[in-house]
Amino acid sequence: MNLSLGPLLYYWSRDDVLAFYDEAKRWPVARVYLGESVCSRRHLLRLPDWLELAEHLAAAGKEVVLSSQTLIESESDLKTLRRIVGDGRFRVEANEWGAVRLLSEAGVPFVAGPTLNVYNPETLDVLAGLGATRWLPPVEMSRDALASLLQRAPASMETEVFAYGKLPLAYSARCFTARHYNLPKDDCQFRCLDHPDGLPLSTREGEPFLTLNGIQTQSAGVYNLIGELPALRKLGIASLRLSPQSRHMGRVAEAFQAALAGDTRAADTLTHILPGPPVDGYWHGRAGLEYGMERSC
Amino acid sequence: MPAEFERSTTIALDLICPAGSLVSLKAAIDHGADAVYMGFRDNTNARAFPGLNFDEAQAAEGLRYAHDRGRKVLLALNTYPQADTWSRWTGAVDRAAKLGMDAVILADAGLMRYAVKQHPQLRLHLSVQGSATSYEAVNFYREHFGIQRAVLPRVLSLPQVENVVKHTDVEIELFGFGGLCVMVEGRCLLSSYCTGESPNSAGVCSPAKAVQWTETPAGLESRLNGVLLDRYGKNEKAGYPTLCKGRFNVGGETYYAIEEPTSLNTLDLLPDMLKIGVAAIKIEGRQRSPAYVTQVTKVWRAAIDAVKKNADAFKPTPAWQAELNKLSEGQSHTLGAYHRPWK
Repeated sequence: MNLSLGPLLYYWSRDDVLAFYDEAKRWPVARVYLGESVCSRRHLLRLPDWLELAEHLAAAGKEVVLSSQTLIESESDLKTLRRIVGDGRFRVEANEWGAVRLLSEAGVPFVAGPTLNVYNPETLDVLAGLGATRWLPPVEMSRDALASLLQRAPASMETEVFAYGKLPLAYSARCFTARHYNLPKDDCQFRCLDHPDGLPLSTREGEPFLTLNGIQTQSAGVYNLIGELPALRKLGIASLRLSPQSRHMGRVAEAFQAALAGDTRAADTLTHILPGPPVDGYWHGRAGLEYGMERSC
Repeated sequence: MPAEFERSTTIALDLICPAGSLVSLKAAIDHGADAVYMGFRDNTNARAFPGLNFDEAQAAEGLRYAHDRGRKVLLALNTYPQADTWSRWTGAVDRAAKLGMDAVILADAGLMRYAVKQHPQLRLHLSVQGSATSYEAVNFYREHFGIQRAVLPRVLSLPQVENVVKHTDVEIELFGFGGLCVMVEGRCLLSSYCTGESPNSAGVCSPAKAVQWTETPAGLESRLNGVLLDRYGKNEKAGYPTLCKGRFNVGGETYYAIEEPTSLNTLDLLPDMLKIGVAAIKIEGRQRSPAYVTQVTKVWRAAIDAVKKNADAFKPTPAWQAELNKLSEGQSHTLGAYHRPWK
C-alpha cells in the first residue's frame, strides 16, 4: 500500500502552488494528481503550466496523473479535456463520463475518479473494459460496501481510497464563494484565492458543518483513516489518497508513511495539525460527519 | 455496440409529470401529461419515501390507464445499486420489461449494461442522477447502451443546453418546474454527510426520519440528524428542512449560504426550449399531492399547447404564474441556471 497526493482542490497563488509541489517532491508519496478539477475560471496555472510541473515531478520519481474537471459545462471545458487526453505523456483521472468516452476512444489507460459513482462491481467492470486500471470509490462508500464490491472486482484493477482531508461532497454550477461576496460567478474576482483551505460554514449555533470552495462544497470535518490501515490492507487497497491542504501536508504524508511502516504512534502526530474536527462516519456506514461512536462536532 | 437509432422528429416539449401514487398518475393523465414517471416501492428510485410509489399490481393498473389513453409511463430506477443489493435493481429492470414500461430511467452504467443485454427492446433514458452535463457524456451512454433520452442536471444555461442538443442524437429532457437542486444531481453527498443517506445510495435527500422540529425561546428550529438547519422568527414561514436550503453562518453572516428555499419555474423559457429542440419537460414532485399534480399539469399543458401553436406570441399568463407561485416552495421561483445571471 502506498500514498497518493490527490489533486489540489483549492485556488492558490502561482507561487504557492509551485512551492507546494516543489516540496512534494520530497514527500513519501508515490503518485501525484495534478490539474484543475474544480473550476474552469481558475487560471493562474494553465494546462501547459501543469504539464511542465508534471515533468518536474516525474523527473523527481513521482508517478503523475492529470485530473480532469468534474463538472463540464462549456465547449471550452471540453477543449481543455481533449488536450489533457491528447497529451499522452501521463495517465489521466476521469472525473465524469465524457472523459471516459474520450479516453477509451483514444485507447489511453485511465484512473476512474471518485465522482464517476462506481457503487457496484458491474459498473467497475464496464470501466475496466474501457481502459480503467485504477479506481476510487465514492467518498461516501463504507468499508463493508467496499469489501462486498471488491469480492467481485475485475482482476488487476487497483483501488485507491480517499483517506485524508476535507471530503469533496457536492458540485454546482453556482459559486458559493462568489455568492458569499455578493458577486456573480462570471465576475467572482477570484475570491477563492483568499481562502486557501476553503471558506468555513457553520450552523447558526456555531457548529462547523461544511466548507465552501467555489462551486464545490466540502465537509468541515477532516476524514482521516490513519487508524484503519489494518482494515485497508485486508481489503487489498493499493493506495491511500491524501487531499492537499495549505499547511502541514508534508507532515501528514510522513505520518501516514510512518503508520504504514508500523509506527503505532504516528496517528497521534496528526491530531494537532488537522485543519478541522476529525470525521470517519462514512467508513463505518454512518453519517459522514460522525466520528468513532460519537458525533464529532 | 448497439445499432444506430434515429431521433424522432415529432417529439417536442412532451410534458412528463410525476406520479407518486395511482391517484396522482390518473390526475396527471386526465389533465394532459404526455407521460408520467413513477418508481417501485423501494430504494431503487430517488424518491424512496414512505407511503409513496407503486407495487407491481398498481404499476400494471397505472400502465393500463395511461396506455388506454395513448400516454406513456416511464419507470425511474435511478439510484445506484450496491454490490450486496444488485439483484434488487436487476429484478426491477426485469419487472419493468415484463410490465411493458415505455422506458426505464437509469443512472448506473452497470445496470444499463444489464438492461441492454437482457431486454434489448427496453427503451433506456439516462437519469438526471447520471450527472451528464456535456454531449461527450451523453454520447458515451448512447454509444455503449443505446440510450434514447437524457435528462440534464439543472446546472446548464440554455445556450449550454443548446450546444448539447446540437451534438447528439439523444433526445434531451429538461426540468421545467418544481424543487430546485442547486447541486449537480448525482454529485451531491450533503445528505449522507449529515444523515448517512443520500439520493445516490438510499434514494432520499434530507430524509424525513432525520428531521426534528423544536419550539425554542429563540424560535422554531429545524434540525436534520441533530444539525441545526434553520431557526424561524415569529412571522417567518418554515419550509421542509432540505439541507442545502438552510440558513448558515459564513464569515460572521447568517444567510441562505447555498440556496434560498425557492422553486424552479421555466415557463418564460418555453419558446427558447422549443426552438432549441428540447424533447421533453419534466415536472419534479413525485412526493407532492395529487392536487399539486393536477394544478401543475393543467398549467403546463396549456402553456405547452400555446407555445407550440405560436411560439413568437407566447407569453405566460398572469393566471398561470399566480397558480404556479402558489404551489412553489417559499412561494417564489427562479429560472435557475438556464438563465445566466443566476450563476
